[in-house]
Amino acid sequence: MTLNPRLRQFLQATASTLVLLAAWQIASYFFPHYLFPPVQDIVVRTVRILVTWPELKQVLETAMRIFVGLAGAFVLGSLLAIPIGRYPKIESYITPFLVFLQGIPALSWVIIAIIWFHGTEFRIAFIMIITTLPAFTFQVLDSYRSMSKDLFEMTMSFRPSGWTLFRVLIVPTILPGILTAWKINLGNAARVVVVAELVGATGGVGYELLRQQQLFDMAGALAWTIQLVLFVLVVQQIIVWIENWLLRYRPVSERAA
Amino acid sequence: MQESAPAPLIRFSNVTKEFAKPDGSGSFTAVDRLSFSIEKGEIVAVLGKTGCGKSTMFNLLAGLIEPTSGKVDVTGHDPFQDFNAFRGKIGIVFQNDRLMPWRTALDNVVLGLEILDARRSEAEVIARRWLSRLGLSGHEGDYPHALSGGMRQRVSIARAFAVEPDILLCDEPFSSLDEMTARDLRAEFVRLVKQAGKTAVFITHHINEAMDVGDRIMVFHRPARIAYEARMDAASKGAGRQAIQDEILKVLSLEAGEGMPPVPAVVA
Repeated sequence: MTLNPRLRQFLQATASTLVLLAAWQIASYFFPHYLFPPVQDIVVRTVRILVTWPELKQVLETAMRIFVGLAGAFVLGSLLAIPIGRYPKIESYITPFLVFLQGIPALSWVIIAIIWFHGTEFRIAFIMIITTLPAFTFQVLDSYRSMSKDLFEMTMSFRPSGWTLFRVLIVPTILPGILTAWKINLGNAARVVVVAELVGATGGVGYELLRQQQLFDMAGALAWTIQLVLFVLVVQQIIVWIENWLLRYRPVSERAA
Repeated sequence: MQESAPAPLIRFSNVTKEFAKPDGSGSFTAVDRLSFSIEKGEIVAVLGKTGCGKSTMFNLLAGLIEPTSGKVDVTGHDPFQDFNAFRGKIGIVFQNDRLMPWRTALDNVVLGLEILDARRSEAEVIARRWLSRLGLSGHEGDYPHALSGGMRQRVSIARAFAVEPDILLCDEPFSSLDEMTARDLRAEFVRLVKQAGKTAVFITHHINEAMDVGDRIMVFHRPARIAYEARMDAASKGAGRQAIQDEILKVLSLEAGEGMPPVPAVVA
């Protein structure tokens, strides 16, 4: 019997998750619970966070910080990438700066932000934007450069205004790259926000993780971590749905199904 | 009093176009002191071997590139300098269909009208009419990947005609199609151009295509110089066809610059 590929994929993922959970549960019988808490404790704590408003609020706070950071980096990155794409001479001035930014660890930015700024939210927004800006800029720039010369000339033959050219050609051309950039940067942003909150905030998942560390509460630490993983998975899935809808024009080979 | 002849719609005066070599070692000449004119309502077929500068001439005419020297004049304007003066006046059918893959057939035809700020509802009516005239009713909602090569090229023809341009520029539009489809589209193209009284420049490297489509044929030698010119009237499309074809073959077989004959007078 041949299984539906999607069902097969689901069953494989479920099987590997169950094996991991079983291994964890077995470990919990042999090690102290502050090292390996039972699976049911983690599940209960995870659900409790989701149904208790003050705790859920912390998750939403972190989610909001991720969105603000990513949106800021995306806007700034696009504002940098499109002029670089149009006027390549600017590139040699801006690219070294972006490469330099990329080399600075997120934790260094946390320290710098704490020294430079007072407001918690501003600090976190700054850290999020500065750490994801280079990736957004390079990805939007790459998409812009992949614009077809043929389509550009065809569109120009109708003599569009700058805004119309941007709307009818540039946006659809860079859209797949933008969606990919969001997917990639979402994971990075989730990791950076936790570090930023851990060191410089009084709320959010990062702050809660710090509390669990002080209480030596492994079940709590895992439950808060799972919130972040769930958030990333849900947003990734939403981006995939948006991508599937916006890029529905792309042909798919039967062989690839 | 003698009536003066109307000014030509398109005029190339001693136009030269040079491109820098990619390795920076100087430049090469793609078009060399080219001069010709085209009257309103004429279909001029431009014929020549691959790489003879036909497409460069085409891009100069479309205002997509600037001449190194000389003057290109289209309806009294320089198509490169007065780029925006040609909004909606020039329609182009390219060698490949150049359809936007993210737009349906209908939206691809609407594109030019949308750029010219037509109302969406009106643009759709016009686009549907053109798709229907080109036998694509029922395919309005199809994306380009779902259409055959011939259908895609029809959409690109509809896109060019939909904006009601004064001048149509076609760069080997049917070269990638099978002979039957190309023949049908060729006939349809000539019918549409004549019916609407447009002026067209039709680039091709097929002698028969040039003779079928053009009111006049210009044969180019590298770097884009007119090596032969013939007017295709009823007689030359009939009994005189073979003589012109032979002459074109002879001209084309000559290497550029080697024993190239002087430009002969237009064969009436």
